[in-house]
Amino acid sequence: MTTTTRFTTERRPLLARVGRGLRTPGGAIFVLLAILLVGLFLYNPSLGDPGQFMRFLGRTAPILIVALGQYFVIVSGEIDLSMAAIIAAQVVLAGNLIGQDASRILPVVLLMALLALVVGLLNGVLTTLFRVPSFIATLGTALVVSGITFYATGGAPSGNPVDSFREIGRGGIDKVPVFGFVPYSTIVLAVLVVLALVLMRRPFGRMLLAVGDNARMTALAGASVWWLRTRAFILSAFASTIAAIVLVGYAGVSPVVGQGYQFIAITAVILGGVVLGGGRGWVLSAIAAAFALEVLFSLLDFIGVQSTWRPAVQGVIILVALGVPLLRFTRRRSQTLRSNRPNK
Amino acid sequence: MPALSIRSLSKSFFGYPVLSDIDIDLEVGEVHGLVGENGAGKSTLMKILAGVYAPDSGSIHLGETDLRFTHPTQAHAAGISTVFQEFNLLPDRSVAQNIYLGREPRVRGFVSSALMNRNAQALFDSLGVTTISASARVGDLSVAQQQIVEIAKALSYDARVISMDEPTAALADHEVALLYGIIRTLTSRGVTILYVSHRLREIFDLCDRISVLKDGVLVTTRAAAELDEQELVRLMVGRPLSTFFATADADAVVGDVVLSLQSAGNAWVDDISLELRSGEIVGMAGLQGAGRTEVLEGIAGSAPFTRGTVEVAGKTVRIRSPRRAIQLGIAHITEDRKATGLALGQSVLDNALSVVRATTPRRVGAARRRALTMLQDLELSARGPDQEVRYLSGGNQQKVVLAKWLLTEPRVLLLDEPTRGIDVGAKQALYVLMRTLAAAGHAILMVSSELPELIGMADRILVLRDGRLVAELPAASDEETILAAASGIDTGVAA
Repeated sequence: MTTTTRFTTERRPLLARVGRGLRTPGGAIFVLLAILLVGLFLYNPSLGDPGQFMRFLGRTAPILIVALGQYFVIVSGEIDLSMAAIIAAQVVLAGNLIGQDASRILPVVLLMALLALVVGLLNGVLTTLFRVPSFIATLGTALVVSGITFYATGGAPSGNPVDSFREIGRGGIDKVPVFGFVPYSTIVLAVLVVLALVLMRRPFGRMLLAVGDNARMTALAGASVWWLRTRAFILSAFASTIAAIVLVGYAGVSPVVGQGYQFIAITAVILGGVVLGGGRGWVLSAIAAAFALEVLFSLLDFIGVQSTWRPAVQGVIILVALGVPLLRFTRRRSQTLRSNRPNK
Repeated sequence: MPALSIRSLSKSFFGYPVLSDIDIDLEVGEVHGLVGENGAGKSTLMKILAGVYAPDSGSIHLGETDLRFTHPTQAHAAGISTVFQEFNLLPDRSVAQNIYLGREPRVRGFVSSALMNRNAQALFDSLGVTTISASARVGDLSVAQQQIVEIAKALSYDARVISMDEPTAALADHEVALLYGIIRTLTSRGVTILYVSHRLREIFDLCDRISVLKDGVLVTTRAAAELDEQELVRLMVGRPLSTFFATADADAVVGDVVLSLQSAGNAWVDDISLELRSGEIVGMAGLQGAGRTEVLEGIAGSAPFTRGTVEVAGKTVRIRSPRRAIQLGIAHITEDRKATGLALGQSVLDNALSVVRATTPRRVGAARRRALTMLQDLELSARGPDQEVRYLSGGNQQKVVLAKWLLTEPRVLLLDEPTRGIDVGAKQALYVLMRTLAAAGHAILMVSSELPELIGMADRILVLRDGRLVAELPAASDEETILAAASGIDTGVAA
C-alpha cells in the first residue's frame, strides 16, 4: 500500500529527479556510457580531440539512427526485424538508380521514401490487422525485401552513386569552432534525436507508450491501436532508410550493407531500459545505449579483442540486459500476486 | 463424525476481514449449500479449501487429520477437489489428457495414452455419463460436457470432498438435470459436496443443509427442509440500510433524456430498452452473467449492439467503436481497472490524459491544466503527476480512471462496479462524487453487484436476467425484491 501523501502538482527538485533517474536502467546507461568513454579516451587519447571524436560519432550515426527507429516499434510492444533488409535495399536502390547523375538524387530519394512507407505500412498492417506476431511478420518482409535485393544485384556489390550524394555520409563541415570538423551524419543524427524527443512528448508518443503498456485500455480510450503501431513501423522503416543514405557515403554499395544492424539496435534499445513488450523507456536512453555499444566495440578493438567476438559479446549483453530486469520483475510480480488477490 | 470440519477459520486481505471465525461441518455424503451475497466470502472460503489461500487462523479437519495447505496440490492429495467457476481446461487437448494433466499414467516410464483413456472412461462410466469420449478434444465438447470433465477431473484425485462454485452458471436447463444426476451418484458413494450457487432453486433442489455467509460471518447452518426461499433470502440480506450513501438533494432536477435504447441487442443481450435522463443515477442489477457489463459495452461501443436503435440527446446514432461513443459524450468506466482502465506503467498524468489524447489531441493543453486541478479536487493521494499508477491504491487508481473520463466532459457516465476492490473511505468519496456529478447534469448508469450500494445510490433500478431487462424498480426497493427479480424467484413479495 502506498503512503497517503496528498497529491501535489509540484515536481521534486531537479537534482533529486536526476538522482532517482540514474538508478533506473534507462538512467544507468548514461553512467555506463560515461565509463566506457573514459576507457576509450585512455586507450586512444587521439579520440579526445573534438574533431576526431565527432568523426567517430559520425561513423556510429547509422547504428544510432536504426536504434532510434527500433525504439518506436519496441516501445509500442512490437519488434522490427526488417531493418537490415530495408537498409540493404535502399543502399542498392540509391547506388544503381542515382548513378553518376546528380539530378536524379531527389526523385530517387523520394522513391526510397515510398519504399520505406510501403514496407513500414506492410509490417504494421500485417502485425495489427492480420494479427501476425511482429516477430514473424517483419521477418517475412525482411526475407522478401532482401530476396529481391539479392536477385537484382546478383549478390555482388554494384553501382556507385554520385559523389555529391555520398557526401551526406562521408563529408562534413570543416573549420567549425571547437570541433573543427562536424560530419553531416552527426547533424542528421542530432536533428532526428530532437525530432524523436519532441514526438515522444506529443500525444502520439504518449499514446504509443500507452499502447505498449496496455493495448486494450488504449483501444477503449478511443485510440486507433492499429494505426498507432503501424506508424511506429513506418517510422522505423524511415529510420532504416536514413541510415542507408548515410551508409552509402562511407560503406559503399553492397547487398550486405547494414547486416546485423537491427540486432545491435534491439540490443541497444533493451540495454537502454526499454522493456521488450512495450510501454516503458526513454528514447534518449536507447540512443545512449546504442552509442555505448559502439564505444564498447571500439574499446574491445583497441584492447586487441578480435572483432569476430562481437556477436558473442552482443549476445551476452542481450541476455544480461533482458534477463536481469526480467528476473527482478517476475520476483516482484509473484510477491504482489500473493498479497494482492482480490477479496471476493 | 463429519467428513470435513472447518473450525474458527478467519482470513483478511489488507486488514479487511473477509472471513471471520467460520465454523462449518460437512457430513459424509451430504450436499451442503453455501450461499451469500457477492462479497460475502464464499469464494474465499472455497479457495482456502482448495489450498489457493492460506487462512490467517483456524483449522480444517478431514476426518481425524488436521489439514494445512500451502499449495493446491496438497489439497488434491488430501482428497479435497474444487470445481471452479472458470474452467481450467486446455481446449486443444483430449478429455483424458486434461483429466490427468501433469500426472499421466505411465507404463515403463512412458506415458500410456491407452491406460489414460481407459482410466478416464472408467471415471465417466462410474458417473453414469455415456456421451463423453475420453479421447475427444475438449474444445469440441459442449459447455455442459466440459463441466462434467471438470467434475471428473476433481474426482480423479480420489476426492472425498468436492466443492463446486456456481457449477450451473454456464449450463442450460436440461443440462442442469444431468449435473443433478451426477451429484446424486457422487453422494450415494459417500462423496461430500460443498455447493455454492446464487440460484436458490438449485440450492433447495440439491442440498441437505445450507450455510449462509454474510459479510464474512457465518449467519447460520440449517437443514434445507427448515427453510424456504423467502426465509433464505432474508438471512442472506437482512442488514439495516445505513446512511452510508449520499442522498439526492430534494430539489435535484432530472432533466431531458440524454440516452435512450430501443430494443437494442447483440450476441449477449437482447431487447434492451431504457432511457437515461441527465441528473439521474440509474442502477442496474442482475446476477453474474446476466448481461449487465454487456449492456454497458454495447452503449460504449466496445461490443456494439447489432439490433435496435440508440439515441443520444434525441438523435439516432450508430455506436460502432469506443471512439464514436466518446465523441458522443459517453464515458465507460470499466469493471476491471487494471486490465482495461489503466496503463499501469504510465504516470498519473499520462493515464488521466489518455482519452483526450486519443480522441481530441488538440485539447490536450487545456485538459492538462484541468487535469491537475481535477486530481486535486478528487483528493487523489499520490506523490505527484509523474507517479506510475501501479503504485496507487485501488481507490486512488479509480480516481485516476474517473479523471481520465471526466476530462472528456461526458454527458453519460457508465460505471461498471465502480467500488469494486476499493476501501470504505474511498467508496464513500465516490458516492458523494457520483451525486455531485448527477447534480451537475451528468446521466449515470451504474452496474453493481452490491445491492445496498444500488439501493443507496440509484434513483431507479433496472434488473437484468439472462440478457434481458426483466424489471424496473423504484428507488427504495428492498434487496429481496431485487434479488427475486434477478433470480426469477417469487419470494412472495410483490415485485
